[in-house]
Amino acid sequence: MTQFHLASLAELSRLLAHGEVSSVELTRAFLERIDRHRDLNAFLDVRPEQSLRQAAEADRRRAQGETGPLLGIPLAHKDIFVTRDWASTASSRMLAGYMSPFDATVVENLARAGMVCLGKLNCDEFAMGSSNENSAYGPVLNPWDKGSVPGGSSGGSSAAVAARITPVATATDTGGSIREPAAFAGVTGTKPTYGRPSRWGMIAFASSLDTAGLMTVSAEDAAVVLSAMLAFDPRDSTSIDRPAEDCARELDQPVAGLRIGIPREFFGAGLRSDVEAPIRAALEVYRALGAELVDISLPNAHLGIPVYYVVAPAECSSNLSRFDGVRYGHRAADYTDLTDMIKRSRAEGLGPEPKRRILIGTYVLSHGYYDAYYIKAQQVRRLIAQDFQRAFQQCDVIAGPVTTSVAFGFGEKAADPVSMYLADLYTVPGSLAGIPSMSIPCGFGDKGRPVGLQLMANHFEEARMLRVAHRYQQATDWHRRVPAGFGED
Amino acid sequence: MDAHWEVVIGLETHAQLSTGSKIFSGASTAFGAQPNAQACAVDLALPGVLPALNRGAVERAIRFGLAVGGTINRRSIFARKNYFYPDLPKGYQISQYEIPVVLGGSLRIRVDETDKVVRLTRAHLEEDAGKSLHEDFHGMSGIDLNRAGTPLLEIVSEPDMRSAAEAVAYARMLHSLVRWIGICDGNMQEGSFRCDANVSVRRRGETKFGTRCEIKNLNSFRFLEQAIAFEMARQIEVLEDGGTIVQETRLYDPDRGETRAMRSKEDAQDYRYFPDPDLLPLEIGQSWIDKVGSSLPELPEARRQRFVSTLGLSDYDAATLTSSRDMADWYEALVQALPAEPKLCANWLMGEVSARLNREQRDLSAAPVSAPSLAALLARIADGTLSGKLAKEVFDAMWSGEGEADDIIERRGLRQISDAGELERIVDEVLAANPKSVEEFRAGREKAFNALVGQAMKATRGKANPQQVNDLLRRKLG
Repeated sequence: MTQFHLASLAELSRLLAHGEVSSVELTRAFLERIDRHRDLNAFLDVRPEQSLRQAAEADRRRAQGETGPLLGIPLAHKDIFVTRDWASTASSRMLAGYMSPFDATVVENLARAGMVCLGKLNCDEFAMGSSNENSAYGPVLNPWDKGSVPGGSSGGSSAAVAARITPVATATDTGGSIREPAAFAGVTGTKPTYGRPSRWGMIAFASSLDTAGLMTVSAEDAAVVLSAMLAFDPRDSTSIDRPAEDCARELDQPVAGLRIGIPREFFGAGLRSDVEAPIRAALEVYRALGAELVDISLPNAHLGIPVYYVVAPAECSSNLSRFDGVRYGHRAADYTDLTDMIKRSRAEGLGPEPKRRILIGTYVLSHGYYDAYYIKAQQVRRLIAQDFQRAFQQCDVIAGPVTTSVAFGFGEKAADPVSMYLADLYTVPGSLAGIPSMSIPCGFGDKGRPVGLQLMANHFEEARMLRVAHRYQQATDWHRRVPAGFGED
Repeated sequence: MDAHWEVVIGLETHAQLSTGSKIFSGASTAFGAQPNAQACAVDLALPGVLPALNRGAVERAIRFGLAVGGTINRRSIFARKNYFYPDLPKGYQISQYEIPVVLGGSLRIRVDETDKVVRLTRAHLEEDAGKSLHEDFHGMSGIDLNRAGTPLLEIVSEPDMRSAAEAVAYARMLHSLVRWIGICDGNMQEGSFRCDANVSVRRRGETKFGTRCEIKNLNSFRFLEQAIAFEMARQIEVLEDGGTIVQETRLYDPDRGETRAMRSKEDAQDYRYFPDPDLLPLEIGQSWIDKVGSSLPELPEARRQRFVSTLGLSDYDAATLTSSRDMADWYEALVQALPAEPKLCANWLMGEVSARLNREQRDLSAAPVSAPSLAALLARIADGTLSGKLAKEVFDAMWSGEGEADDIIERRGLRQISDAGELERIVDEVLAANPKSVEEFRAGREKAFNALVGQAMKATRGKANPQQVNDLLRRKLG
């Protein structure tokens, strides 16, 4: 039997087109792998009958003459995207068993392209976390080392793609929630420009930062799926009205002559040497491919974490107010009056990390503190964004580390929220600026845990960023490495 | 009016904008549906939903801003007002805080024959909340979210009013204006137009404002007037007894005719306003403003002045006839059909027509007599065919659907007798038949003259032209 799980998207697409495999067969094969690797805890909701129904529909569409690179290809959605046919919980007890009456736009767009949903992926509760330890439904294991975290908040997505139990997973990134888990799990994680993917149907964490993206094996796979995912959506007022584009159109172009900016602030004292070495080696690969490495500065990037931990909690404190037990979601069994019902329902339904952020956010928005925190943070946010605009006058893309270290062990940082927050040091600046950025596997550090190379491009330059990633993946095979026990069937 | 104290009033008015769908969702805004039948995913604040601004609501705000001579902000911001309440689905209300869509403007009101200008502070767009129903659910509360997300324009006045009467005049003028420019149906029973009143008192001559109380949700002009009168008296009493006014929100109880404390400033909530990251700043281009401006009807103030200057109406008549756009339009249609008689038209519209409508609780739009039909009747008064009294009889017949004025006059033989020869013959007969009255008149009793006129009218069953009868009798008896 063909090792479908080791095939690229292009190969799967070709097999489907030539009738060498049906979508139903492909879907069944991945559902079997999901079942076999249940111990990863990557999936929260699997409903084979729904997946197979969608696969049969894709096969029917193909039989009627429809074609397309994604027709019949399975994927799985992070449980931040709402879906009609699978529960949508945001990994929170608050939304246990919640069934949405509609699909998120991202889900809808990919279904329209013919993709088949395998189920919903675990993540940190309401996408808040960097290790996936904040899920109300238990942590996800890192396939490379089951004693280490898969990163977060899209830990289910990164682990599932790393384990090859889905060829593609959607994910969301607010401060690094795609790139950090992609780096920790050795997969390709892509966050497009803020405003290009629709946020309709994404359970909101921090609205001005939340961006839908992807976990894939390769940049080439990401380019194809992204092209179908990005589209203007009038239901999202922050959605940018641009024509659809083929994000794969630049993949074949060389990187020779491109200027790659290396932000010196990303190579400071905090960067662990076992991460720095593979990063430096990756930059040498680019030099060998003819790219020019340019020293750049992002002088305000170090303010990213404090800014982010004002803006994101402020928005989250408001966004999570709707979970009050009145209309849906968890409602406390015992209460004395309406106010008490809301208090108890939230106290019981929300986990510690959302509560912590609601408290921070409520504080920074309070009368008398708003100017000092929220307004100041927004001002610094603009400075950080300006740093990038200045940098992109000197270079075409920016490259650097995603994280200071490789994946850490379970419980290592759970007791210290601030050290956990610092895991987003290199990813938060790009989120605050709303620029596309991604993580691609570039080697291994301590204990054989993966290391990710971060690439960032200016607004709307996804195609160029993906080209730079793809050329590296053509020259190396880190992205093809599969963790032990997840390769040959 | 109090000799020692002056009341200072500012109003915050919520006008429900007359859009077919809600301000941030596609659900219908129609009143009276089954509970929650008109609450969509956005209104219910289901996970993953986002607001999308209704262009029609913005357009109505622009109309209002232009109509009151305010400034339309080219860039305004939607903010979130955060608080928990079971009928507030998102846990925040989307409103405008620091930068509203309309700034400034003013409204001219008239109280006791005196004009006064009330300045407006601002008008901003926001969404309404749902309704909590605490009765009929046996110890539980019912939540109806049909109203959640209904577009509101909150219109804030400066504290420019100095009596309950001025506040009511302002509220009435505003009520008339929002209907005039077609942005709000003004239905106060359904809550489409409701006021909060900020009331304070100070000693006459004092320049600083006193501490104010806000009276919430006054949904009739009568309650507005009563609540302010009560609140004013209450505050004066507290101050005269040496007490101080506590800044607080109060509720008017129409059954008991009093205001009651709801919450004080101390337990005022911190709403943690911040710009809504789901909505971009609202940008309004000049071309949109121009387009809205060119679609505005002639405004009541301009029309009132025109009625005075070109039609020669009194200030009072002009103000009454421009109290609603329906009334003014109806009047203009009437005058258009009878251009020589603007005053006669005004009298009939404000008199007979309005009285009938009032009695039958009907709107002008439902009047069974059209403006051109009424004009045809009035033309018969103007040309002497009908006396005023007969005209009323014809009008009643028209109102009951008996047809056009001329047909009724013909059918009932109501044509006024103005033929000099025929009248003279009748007058002669009356004089011959009433020698006693003639004698009394000659003896100097004016009353006897009236009796003779009455006899002449009776002989013609009211159809004689009264003026001509008068003249003839004077001549013959003279």
